[in-house]
Amino acid sequence: MGLYEISLATGVGIYIILAVSLNLITGYCGQISLGHAAFYGIGAYTVALLSKMGWPMYLTLGAGFLVAGIIGTIIGLASLRVKEDFLAIVTMGVAFLFVGIVRQQEFLGGEMGISGIPSHGMSKPGYLALVCGFAILSILFSWYLKRSWMGFAFDAVADDEKTARVLGLDIKAYKLTAFAMGTAIAGLAGGLYAYYTRFIVPDTFGFIESVTILSMVAVGGIGSIFGVVIATILLVLMPEFFRFINDYRLLLYGVLLFSVMRFAPQGLAGFFSYLVKRKEG
Amino acid sequence: MSAILLAKSVTVKFGGVTALDNVHMEVEEGEFLSLIGPNGAGKTTLLNTITGVVTPVTAALSLGGKDITHLSTHHRIKLGLALTHQIVRPFQSMTVQENVAFAAGYKKVRNILSSFTSVSRAPEMKKAMEFLHMLGIEQYKDQEVSKLPLGVLKRLEVARALAIEPKILLLDEPLAGLNSQEAGKLADTVKSISQKGMTIVMIEHNLSEVLRISDRLHVLDNGRNLAQGEPAAVMNQPEVRAAYLGS
Repeated sequence: MGLYEISLATGVGIYIILAVSLNLITGYCGQISLGHAAFYGIGAYTVALLSKMGWPMYLTLGAGFLVAGIIGTIIGLASLRVKEDFLAIVTMGVAFLFVGIVRQQEFLGGEMGISGIPSHGMSKPGYLALVCGFAILSILFSWYLKRSWMGFAFDAVADDEKTARVLGLDIKAYKLTAFAMGTAIAGLAGGLYAYYTRFIVPDTFGFIESVTILSMVAVGGIGSIFGVVIATILLVLMPEFFRFINDYRLLLYGVLLFSVMRFAPQGLAGFFSYLVKRKEG
Repeated sequence: MSAILLAKSVTVKFGGVTALDNVHMEVEEGEFLSLIGPNGAGKTTLLNTITGVVTPVTAALSLGGKDITHLSTHHRIKLGLALTHQIVRPFQSMTVQENVAFAAGYKKVRNILSSFTSVSRAPEMKKAMEFLHMLGIEQYKDQEVSKLPLGVLKRLEVARALAIEPKILLLDEPLAGLNSQEAGKLADTVKSISQKGMTIVMIEHNLSEVLRISDRLHVLDNGRNLAQGEPAAVMNQPEVRAAYLGS
């Protein structure tokens, strides 16, 4: 594996963590979020600042995880009163708010971002292994969650909040938990990204990035871990392997998002189970 | 007998419209009370106020002697209320058995931590079968709810509500949309549940079934109490007949 492939695989690993984290909120709990990249950014900026202050990597990553999760919970609290398209608009606002605030803060590097983030001190294959380890952990966590009663409760909230409420479910608590877990894991992905590039700018975590992450979840099949991981790998690698696509990356994501919503709302996972059923039937 | 559910001075307004005006309702433990009245009388609004889905302007609500007026819906449900919807609302991503099993696992999802640490669904799936059997829909257990007829879904609503082991079952038009044969059978099933000791409050327009299976009637009209008492006696009251027949 050359340096280029290692770097590419590290990027894919970070995106897998990110997409799996959004899948917890949007896929499992049914809460649309168009501002997920903001929490990715909060993790990245937390890690960048703390690492420059000399904190060791494991502490900065932990801090990125916690800070993003805490801010995610606060925003989740503010968003509890809204759902569906209103929630989409509120979370979209979060995406713009994050970039708007960061751009104006000198201590966050403003438009120029933060450069000179200290090295993680590992070899590139070593760092890839760390990212892959976190990616596998987040997939396993997500898989366990789906099997647990919390996952069952998320299914109920995503299906029909009103019914879930009259069955005695504390909807607010479950939504907040989904927000807290999803945003914290996004913060971890952001921290890994900061060490990966060692240079971050606000626009990396803007609205377009949020839509990109959402595309990965939607194309994979909202709620499906397997589908989301496959879609993330495909969507990150496709522009790399087919250079001409890179110029039209956003157009491609937009077309895919539209096509999935219009023709196959269950994404790759739905398509795959359709094929299996056809084979069996 | 003692009142298990008490709703006093319930007034609900939607904008400028008064949906309920100083309504009182009392439900005795173990009784089968039918809440009836013409369309727009405020029956569903009263049930929604009791469960906390609708916020009243004024009300004093108590369940088993405990004041529930300011509790959230999920807290009231935990204290023993269960509600079925007028328009069936099954969880679409779940099978029939999973719909009921989720409700049967109410203790596991009461707190976030226990829901995270609990994995096994086997005991609840088994328990769900008992309720499906009670409602006579066990043969549909593995089916997706989107493909099922209304009659089965109506029964599923009742099975799911029973699975949370309530003290009072609130049924919102369980017979609506069913043909007379289906309605009669479901009414018999609901009556048999009542005879096992469950307190039931049922909103229903099917008066022949209501009169056949209810212990007592409570009539609302235009958001106000109109009458209450023995079914036959209530239906003989001129004001009740006038509310229904418009004369």
